[in-house]
Amino acid sequence: MTSQPPRTTNDGHSVAELEPDPTLPPTAVPEAELERERKWTWPKILLWGAIALVGGIAWTMIAIVRGETVNAMWFVFAAVASYLIGYRFYAKVIERYIARPDDRRATPAEVKADGKDFHATDRRVLFGHHFAAIAGAGPLVGPVLAAQMGYLPGTIWIIVGVILAGAVQDYLVLFFSTRRGGRSIGQMARDELGRIGGTAAIVASLLIMLIIIAILALVVVNALGESPWGVFSVSMTIPIALFMGIYLRYLRPGRITEVSIIGFVLLLAAIVAGGWVAATPWGAEIFHLDRTTIAWGIIVYGFIAAVLPVWLLLAPRDYLSTFMKIGVIVMLAGAIVLVRPEISVPAFSEFAGGELGPVFSGSLFPFLFVTIACGALSGFHALIASGTTPKLIEKERQTRFIGYGGMLMESFVAIMALVAAISLDRGIYFAMNSSGAATGGTVEGAVAFVNSLGLTGVNLTPDVLTSTAAAVGEESIVSRTGGAPTLALGLSQIMQQAFGGAALAGFWYHFAIMFEALFILTAVDAGTRVARFMLQDSIGNVIPRFKDTAWRPGVWITTAIMVAGWGYILILGVTDPLGGINTFFPLFGIANQLLAVIALAVVLAIVAKRGRSYHRWLWIVALPLAFAAVVTITASMYKIFSPVPQVGYWANHVAFRNALDAGETSFGTAPTVEAMEAVVRNTFVQGTLSIVFVTLAIIVLITSVVATVKAWRNGGGENHEDPAVASRRFAPAGLFATKAEKALERQWAALPAERQPESTRH
Amino acid sequence: MSDVTDTTERRPARTSEVRAGAPVALDLLIRGCRGIAWYVHNLMGDNAYRVYLDHHLANHGAEHPPLTEREFWRERMDDQDRNPGARCC
Repeated sequence: MTSQPPRTTNDGHSVAELEPDPTLPPTAVPEAELERERKWTWPKILLWGAIALVGGIAWTMIAIVRGETVNAMWFVFAAVASYLIGYRFYAKVIERYIARPDDRRATPAEVKADGKDFHATDRRVLFGHHFAAIAGAGPLVGPVLAAQMGYLPGTIWIIVGVILAGAVQDYLVLFFSTRRGGRSIGQMARDELGRIGGTAAIVASLLIMLIIIAILALVVVNALGESPWGVFSVSMTIPIALFMGIYLRYLRPGRITEVSIIGFVLLLAAIVAGGWVAATPWGAEIFHLDRTTIAWGIIVYGFIAAVLPVWLLLAPRDYLSTFMKIGVIVMLAGAIVLVRPEISVPAFSEFAGGELGPVFSGSLFPFLFVTIACGALSGFHALIASGTTPKLIEKERQTRFIGYGGMLMESFVAIMALVAAISLDRGIYFAMNSSGAATGGTVEGAVAFVNSLGLTGVNLTPDVLTSTAAAVGEESIVSRTGGAPTLALGLSQIMQQAFGGAALAGFWYHFAIMFEALFILTAVDAGTRVARFMLQDSIGNVIPRFKDTAWRPGVWITTAIMVAGWGYILILGVTDPLGGINTFFPLFGIANQLLAVIALAVVLAIVAKRGRSYHRWLWIVALPLAFAAVVTITASMYKIFSPVPQVGYWANHVAFRNALDAGETSFGTAPTVEAMEAVVRNTFVQGTLSIVFVTLAIIVLITSVVATVKAWRNGGGENHEDPAVASRRFAPAGLFATKAEKALERQWAALPAERQPESTRH
Repeated sequence: MSDVTDTTERRPARTSEVRAGAPVALDLLIRGCRGIAWYVHNLMGDNAYRVYLDHHLANHGAEHPPLTEREFWRERMDDQDRNPGARCC
């Protein structure tokens, strides 16, 4: 540690820079005290032994014991015990050998404190903030689709993946961005990887954002199509948000919690009213919309929402969404623990070994790992973990709790979504998630198709499908692809056992649809806006006027370009003769994981440049990077080169084009020439996007490996951290304060009020 | 209204002062509710104006009068218009 050139190590700042103010209490727990906390005592050994034992038993129950059913509680125990061990042991290793935080250093929130964007925030509050920003509909949707392969592959990937990959990425991006004054991942890529790597990273994140918005919107469209109840209650969120916006602007500024509670009550009223409206003939007529109409509605809405002032629509919707997120997670966990459903889905299903499953096509490796992105490893988080959160963090050592811990929480949400999906009858699951092209969209067609799949123990009857649909107030549940309706049905069946019985099944179903739609529409609004700013910035390099964000024509043009981008893909997905979700969803997962590859590649270069003592531990970053790179590049190669038309975009493209050239008027699931032409066009777009994404990611990867190897040889590299400034405040690192931290907190609390650091006073 | 704003200002007291006569369970319940209210208010951002005011008073002195509450919230929203934050999936 002492032999490195000073500028390349994180502890390279000279002692004088961090000379603490002698009149203040210590700003960090002394190293000797940390060393003492690391010592093993009998109570600690017993506690962690017990946690390991519970985890071991739970994993045995779900992975090895083969009974008729397995109780959902084992999933909860396996997940929580594994998370605790990952957080206590693996994250500590990362903290000690890779991040090496130093609480004597001030964070950007302290150095640049401006009372607005930069201000030290209580760690528990910031945890909620960060969680609300990273988690949305993603972890609720992916695991549902992945349940096609059985419960075990998805469960293992969600839990092991988050510990070794997803949480590592979030933690390190958050930490390194904190050391760099809250710089974004794109700027860090430019600093660390040079101009080519940096530009590729920025272009990739812009494109990836578009595809993610498009496919999330597709999920909403599929959930609302031909559902008057859903359409009514979700569209009511717009007037509710407008009301909240006006209330906050003119009536009672700053009363955010108050208006969110009012909004929440109105939201519940909208769900109940949706049931009444859908039951009336006029309501059924007005709000019964086909998917293309809804898609156009979302596109128009997306444009208007992105050009309207934030206070009117986006901010209140965001408050509502945050409020719902915390509520929904607590409710979901509570209901699963209360009801403890028995799971009868097999660990590995009939589709785990093949590549032609009806929900999504492709083999388990690599497609399971891209289908479940959010919840295990989500590259999009790198955009949140660099940017907003680092500007609010109070002490460096809190990054483990917020970055690593926040991602574990999202993973837990994914596990609960998986449990809700696999608690459903498998016949119903496949009837809901097979594309309309396979089932014909009718009850009879779905029954015939599902029974022809040869699933053991599944004998679907038309009666089951119609009565299930009627119970939740829907006309039909056949081919409601996209994951959201499946989760809503699973949730409604669990919730009605806990509260309210069968009478509330429809309410719970639409409650679930409502919050998924709310999360997604918030992501669509905010994503369009961010993408527009990125575009304005890029065009601004050529035409400077575009950089002026107050210039309305510039705003309109760039917003229109961005909305057209995701809107085009959305319309393709909605009208896709092959079913939409099952061909487009892999693109979403691949895009998200490629972003993770980019983020981890940046982190790898940063760690290598920190100095020789870090090189032994480089595998901690290299391992998830290599895995994500192999998964996404293999998946892209399958999508580009596979000769199986259901898997390879170009194979399908060529097959349909040849059929058209041969003068055929129907081919596969496309009944008309127009449908065949649509497939040719869609597969072209999908295939082209696959090529572009993978090329950009490979460029970033290569520049990162070059930077890493260079740093390895030189024993370090340039340090782009902001200069170290001595901290003048203290706060505990984890959720609960340790004994030593409590003692320090008391010393700080004893200071006279005017000497207390800002914002701990409220 | 004043008791509502109170919860946004003060972190719940850590010291376990046992009030004479009041049952301990009730005291715990009240403190629990206060803690939840404090958490929700902070999470949703109700305290943003107080944070700003504190910062302003500590750093800018009396010659620059701080924004009024209404001005502050307007400014804050317009700021968000200029610097959008992403929301994840």
